[in-house]
Amino acid sequence: MADGPTLDPTGPIALTERDLLFKATAIMMIVIIPVFVMAAWFTVRYRGTNRKARYTPNFDFYWPAEIIVWSIPAAIVVWLAFHLWEYTYKLDPYTEIDPSVKPLQVQAIAQDWKWLFVYPEQNIAVVNELAMPVGTPVSITITSDTVMNSLVIPKLGGQIYAMAGMQTRLNLLADEEGTFWGRNVQYSGTGFADQQFQTHAQSKEEFDAWVEKAKQAGKSLDAATYDALAKPSQKVPVTYYSGVEPGLFDKIIAKWSHGDMDRMPHHSQAETTE
Amino acid sequence: MFGRLTIDSLPFYSAVAASGAAVTVLGGLAVAGAITYFGAWRMVMTQWVSSVDHKKIGIMYIMLALVMLLRGFVDAAMMRSQQAIAYNSEGYLPPDHFDQIFSSHGTIMIFFMAMPFLSGLANLIVPQQIGSRDVAFPFMNSVSLWLTTAGAGLMLISLVVGKFSTAGWTAYPPYSGVEYTPGVGVDYWLWMVFIAGFGTTMTGINFLVTIIKNRAPGMTMFRLPLFTWTILITSVLIIFAFPALTVACAMLILDRNFGFHFFTNAMGGNMMNYINLFWLWGHPEVYILILPAFGVFSEVVSTFSQKRLFGYISLVLATCAIGLLSFTVWLHHFFTMGSSAKVNSFFGTMTTIISVPTGVKVFDWLLTMYRGRIIFKPPMLFTIGFLVTFVIGGLSGVLLALPPIDYLMHNTTFLVAHFHNMIIPGVLFGYLAGYMYWFPKAFGFKLNEKWGTRAFWCWIVGFYVAFMPLYVLGMLGMPRRMEHYDIAAWQPHLIVAGIGAFIILLGMICLAVQLVVSIRERNQALDLSGDPWNGRSLEWATSSPAAPYNFAVLPKVESRDAWWDMKQRGVAYERPAEYEDIVMPKNTYAGLVIGVAGGVFGFAAIWWMWWLALLSLAVIAAAIIYRASDDDDEFVMTASEVKAIEDERFAQLAKAPKNEMADEPGFAGEPAPEPAE
Repeated sequence: MADGPTLDPTGPIALTERDLLFKATAIMMIVIIPVFVMAAWFTVRYRGTNRKARYTPNFDFYWPAEIIVWSIPAAIVVWLAFHLWEYTYKLDPYTEIDPSVKPLQVQAIAQDWKWLFVYPEQNIAVVNELAMPVGTPVSITITSDTVMNSLVIPKLGGQIYAMAGMQTRLNLLADEEGTFWGRNVQYSGTGFADQQFQTHAQSKEEFDAWVEKAKQAGKSLDAATYDALAKPSQKVPVTYYSGVEPGLFDKIIAKWSHGDMDRMPHHSQAETTE
Repeated sequence: MFGRLTIDSLPFYSAVAASGAAVTVLGGLAVAGAITYFGAWRMVMTQWVSSVDHKKIGIMYIMLALVMLLRGFVDAAMMRSQQAIAYNSEGYLPPDHFDQIFSSHGTIMIFFMAMPFLSGLANLIVPQQIGSRDVAFPFMNSVSLWLTTAGAGLMLISLVVGKFSTAGWTAYPPYSGVEYTPGVGVDYWLWMVFIAGFGTTMTGINFLVTIIKNRAPGMTMFRLPLFTWTILITSVLIIFAFPALTVACAMLILDRNFGFHFFTNAMGGNMMNYINLFWLWGHPEVYILILPAFGVFSEVVSTFSQKRLFGYISLVLATCAIGLLSFTVWLHHFFTMGSSAKVNSFFGTMTTIISVPTGVKVFDWLLTMYRGRIIFKPPMLFTIGFLVTFVIGGLSGVLLALPPIDYLMHNTTFLVAHFHNMIIPGVLFGYLAGYMYWFPKAFGFKLNEKWGTRAFWCWIVGFYVAFMPLYVLGMLGMPRRMEHYDIAAWQPHLIVAGIGAFIILLGMICLAVQLVVSIRERNQALDLSGDPWNGRSLEWATSSPAAPYNFAVLPKVESRDAWWDMKQRGVAYERPAEYEDIVMPKNTYAGLVIGVAGGVFGFAAIWWMWWLALLSLAVIAAAIIYRASDDDDEFVMTASEVKAIEDERFAQLAKAPKNEMADEPGFAGEPAPEPAE
């Protein structure tokens, strides 16, 4: 259990999510434990063969009991609701983690059955591998060039769907070095089980070296290369591209949204939510 | 002529698929053979499949549910065994087959196990509980049954002819669209859900009207037994929720077969519209399934605690509140679509609010046990097992209702563990408790208690062993629907879960043995009085099994726990001075014809045999016109016939022990006149 990504996170997002998990579980024990105790106690005490126990066959209403059984769960829900709103805003995947730091931009494209990550600022792309410098927020914009997918890196934080013709967003931050798995968790067909990648959270220098390595790949991701890559394939090894066709990500969205203005990237949710 | 149906559609491409098909075909032949062997065709045709008697329809629904429970369980066992061995290995199921199995497991358990079970229990009991002779629309009831059966039939046929859907029981587009999943699988899913959905919608209408209009004199709304209350609310939910599913299916059918683009990736389609429509049905559906089980628990806990139900008004209000709230939470199934924090917070909060009325119910059931005299019959064991286990599912449900936690847990086995934690103890335990509790009412003899108790222990232990590891696996990040995996830490938990599935298999075997043993030894467990558990509500006032008209004279209800009250006042089993003629609906084959034609229509549409589809639609239209223009659809049971049946009933009563529960060590005594305050 200790090495479970949910209980042992390596980023502030997943850590705060875990805090909420513990807090909510603890508060609900106010209801759960009495249920266990009452079920055990009443089952033993009021078994039919125990003639010493009091028997009140017509006892079917008691104001104080009614008030307690409604008000205590209600009070817990009020507590939960406040926390739910606070944490949902705080952990909104669309919100930038630290507005004073410019996040690393990554564009994630779901394909059958692999992930393509484009680094527009570095002008590189990589299949089935994600790298990020430790301590720098990462802003991943997500779309799909196939069926609906869902991108998650459990050690860092939660998932967001990838949908064709639409753009979603996930802000993450790794605060420890390490390699953790990420994957598509929305069932997407035959190659689903192997649709995964490794995430490397590295020092700034290692990350720069990683970018350099990609730039040496000698292969560029032009339109024809992209189309070949987008065809269904399984267990695709990590592949680097030293250059990316400009505007590739937006073109993939435009391909599916096809003039539907609501779905153009500039109108996506990220810009319309405050 | 045969559309896209070719010889390649038969399952000879894989040994596993071929054996599944063989078992299905042999099972069908075995049933037909058994009917022939016992020379029962005439009885089956004239008294059962043509019946419009709600009790027989109820029994047929439950038979369907039990068969489909077995089929759905086999799917579950295959998934568990595959995942237990599939660490760094392909296991024995290729992805295409594994994907069909998780799709059919969910589809069967929700649509063709739980729904028929619920309709069956409602049919069997509700009219008797409200002191009515029948449901409001007996013929429509028969149509509902046969349309549901048509859907289930397509499900079984999909195992033999063609492949089933790989798109899961929710069939999310665009994956379920024709671009990504050509072939008949998704069409099977769509048409069976579409056709069975009509049956369910009609059942909802039928029971809403029955409970509103057919109550016995004096049976006011706040005297209705809790089971009837839950069926009432469930009916309302069905009427409002099922159209959303039917529409979503119809639109996806248009997308797949006629070039529409409601939910496709391109051409302005939007998959989230399907997902919204689906869960607009899907969330209320959860309560459609669970509320009747809550009703069963309410009846059982009161009967076997030998005590009035605690907090009746609270339980009714909680049921209504759950029904209302169930329409306000659907978005929690897809918090991760990228909606804003505002939207997610709203739906998250609404979801946690549902836990309030649910919590109230749990405490009211516990307080019913408080100062009772509890008798541990199998239905009561299932109820206690439910109370303890269900709150764990409630806890995980509230956790998932918190959007930040859902971001992590969505699509993992944590979610799978959560909804099985609601549906197995909450729904299935309730239905099994109802099955064992009301079996004597349906057949006139009790089910074997020893095997019922064994079934309970296997089910509850098996449940914990099978599903607690899935919670852990969710914490370890394991996604649902994994055909194989390469993370070593997952395997031990999956092996334990597989052992749990094996223990549940023992539970299934116990249920089967219980039925066989009970039938064989029925003469030792006859229910002569019609009131085997010293019951409280009116269904125990009739004979077991009840006469076709249920009540020769409609009961006069003066309080809650109407039957208990009659026993207390000493007016139970009173012999009326004279009987009256009773008008009864005639049996008809029209319902069966509509159902069979509906099934043929579905099959034809799946395989693009459009001539056959049109022909079966014409048959349906002809059957409806024939039935609608048939004025001779009722017959009169004369007072003397009624008297003969009732005389026999009273003769049987004279032989019955005064109280069938009197030999129980925990028996608290006969209902005695209440002392004056």
